[in-house]
Amino acid sequence: MSTSHPTAPAGARETTEGTVYTLSGGDWDATAEQIARSDDERIIVNMGPQHPSTHGVLRLILEIDGETVTEARCGIGYLHTGIEKNLEYRTWTQGTTFVTRMDYLTPFFNETAYCLGVEKLLGITDDIPDRANVIRVLMMEINRISSHLVAIATGGMELGATTVMIYGFRDRELCLDAFELITGLRMNHAYIRPGGLAQDLPPGAVDHLRGFVKTMRKNLVEYDQLCSGNPVFKARLEGIGYLDLAGCLALGATGPVLRSAGHPHDLRKTDPYCGYETYDFEVPTTDTCDSYGRFLLRVEEMRQSLRIIEQCLDRLEPGPVMVADKKIAWPAQLALGPDGLGNSLEHIRTIMGTSMEALIHHFKLVTEGFRVPAGQTYTAVESPKGELGVHVVSDGGTRPYRVHFRDPSFTNLQAVAAMCEGGMVADVIVAVASIDPVMGGVDR
Amino acid sequence: MSDADNRRNGSTQEPAGPENQLEDSAGALPASVGSPGEVIAERRGMFGANNGGDTSGYGGVRRTVRMPAAASRPYGGYFDEVADELEGALEEQGLDPAAVVERTVIDRGEATFHIAREHILQVARTLRDDPALRFELCTGVSGVHLPTDTGRELHAVYHMRSITHGRLIRLEVSAPDADPHIPSIVSVYPTNDWHEREVYDFFGLVFDGHPALTRIMMPDDWQGFPQRKDYPLGGIPVEYKGAQIPAPDQRRSYS
Repeated sequence: MSTSHPTAPAGARETTEGTVYTLSGGDWDATAEQIARSDDERIIVNMGPQHPSTHGVLRLILEIDGETVTEARCGIGYLHTGIEKNLEYRTWTQGTTFVTRMDYLTPFFNETAYCLGVEKLLGITDDIPDRANVIRVLMMEINRISSHLVAIATGGMELGATTVMIYGFRDRELCLDAFELITGLRMNHAYIRPGGLAQDLPPGAVDHLRGFVKTMRKNLVEYDQLCSGNPVFKARLEGIGYLDLAGCLALGATGPVLRSAGHPHDLRKTDPYCGYETYDFEVPTTDTCDSYGRFLLRVEEMRQSLRIIEQCLDRLEPGPVMVADKKIAWPAQLALGPDGLGNSLEHIRTIMGTSMEALIHHFKLVTEGFRVPAGQTYTAVESPKGELGVHVVSDGGTRPYRVHFRDPSFTNLQAVAAMCEGGMVADVIVAVASIDPVMGGVDR
Repeated sequence: MSDADNRRNGSTQEPAGPENQLEDSAGALPASVGSPGEVIAERRGMFGANNGGDTSGYGGVRRTVRMPAAASRPYGGYFDEVADELEGALEEQGLDPAAVVERTVIDRGEATFHIAREHILQVARTLRDDPALRFELCTGVSGVHLPTDTGRELHAVYHMRSITHGRLIRLEVSAPDADPHIPSIVSVYPTNDWHEREVYDFFGLVFDGHPALTRIMMPDDWQGFPQRKDYPLGGIPVEYKGAQIPAPDQRRSYS
């Protein structure tokens, strides 16, 4: 610590990059005064990784001149957990328990994208039972609502609009209740498995979900009433985080960011999976290219998701939820207990007590897993954030050889510089919130 | 036996020969047509476990694992059109298409064009700018480490999406471990900036021409490239109900 700045409360030191001030609370006046006295107006501020407004452990490195951001860079990697590497040491089925934890706000999209990849490598895409596909779509659309609600809620909170935050988390709770009823867990479900689903819908789920749709329809209106026409809200969001179509495509931005630039690109329409081509829904777009447009899109997409959920509920037919091939289908029957989804004691009793073949089969599949033919595939789903792609490589073994996730948050976050530079420092938060990055997905 | 069943055996059947008598019991599999794919592994025993004795009596079983083989025309679907356009455009630029596109693999309804690494930038530019191709969206690059693929250990796999034409293709570029360099395509697809940094970070593949190729996930002073196959996963044994459970990379593997 240098002695040349005795007035700075927590000290300053000279480096080759300039003067570095270290602030740790207290009175900023002396520091601000001192910086104002120096003829260099340029300041580099590290915002995050432990900043409440940066959506998790995102580090923004901002070069600011007065209140204007002249350069913005992201520092990521603070939540890197090596999920892709870990997958290479587990069986194909165990993989879902890892991928569900990547972008923890969109677990069903991660699981579906991964499972579609494994199924394509296995060549069983067409053998997945209809009921499993309908429930996958159902879960993904509920998940889309919960993810968009968090985007809107945290985005509002970062603006100081805490009512939006309360509303958003209130309604997200309804989504999580539905997840809990169906999978036994609020997050990290590992519900969608290669070949189908871990478990069929429990009794009463359809009625519960019909009630959910009804409540959500009513609640979604409140976001319009609270925000859409609100002059303060609009003043903060309109024209902020601007990224036009050319910028989106160059930077690979997809999802609401791309659709806010007027391009109706949605993989559910252009490259359908899980039978999305048979559902009736619309892909909303705006041409404002800004944060306000992305907010409106998210609200509208939630409405479209409710339409899809209703169609799913209407077309649910009784049937299996796992592929018929017993060499792939996880043999255990699961039961929903008070502590979540677990082995069904009845099934354990049957295979242990009555059927040696079933026991052998169970043991082989659980310890050894199934082999997936050598090759590689890329499958992509439209997650709430954009194109979630999975590159799966198999070497013919019982474990993935390589799994790479192209997470939309990771790619879209590159747009921060384009969206923020030249704007005000307070608008950085709005722009980042409109991208809706989730660091669990960015860093994996 | 259907194609899917064939694949599910996890191996491509060798043509019958005395050295293959212990080949996988599904002897009725049809021999693969054309040149077989590259061998990536050979498995022994019934279960593939390489630690502990194999008491099943099938310890002599040997299975050769191959990647899908190179395809010949017609490729089917829109792949022929893409290949024609790409080859035509490369010829116009004075390049020999056969030297640029080393081989084409069609597998599971997806096309993979193996591109010679020195031409990847030009191919990317052609794919983006040619109106008949117009792959405007690059979904990044994924690294794959194949230590047994001598001379081509490090692979970079790009997926290109054409929203205009509704197409998706894959480009695969490889580099030897001794010279891990591939030209960067950030100048054509700026979205690849972070993706190439990620592959560099995890695989040590150097993308020449990248504006700032630094680590992105791991700390700046990290040693080694964690996603390479020779890099251990790490972990410690954990006691569970009185038993020691070894770290994940020390457990028995059936692959």
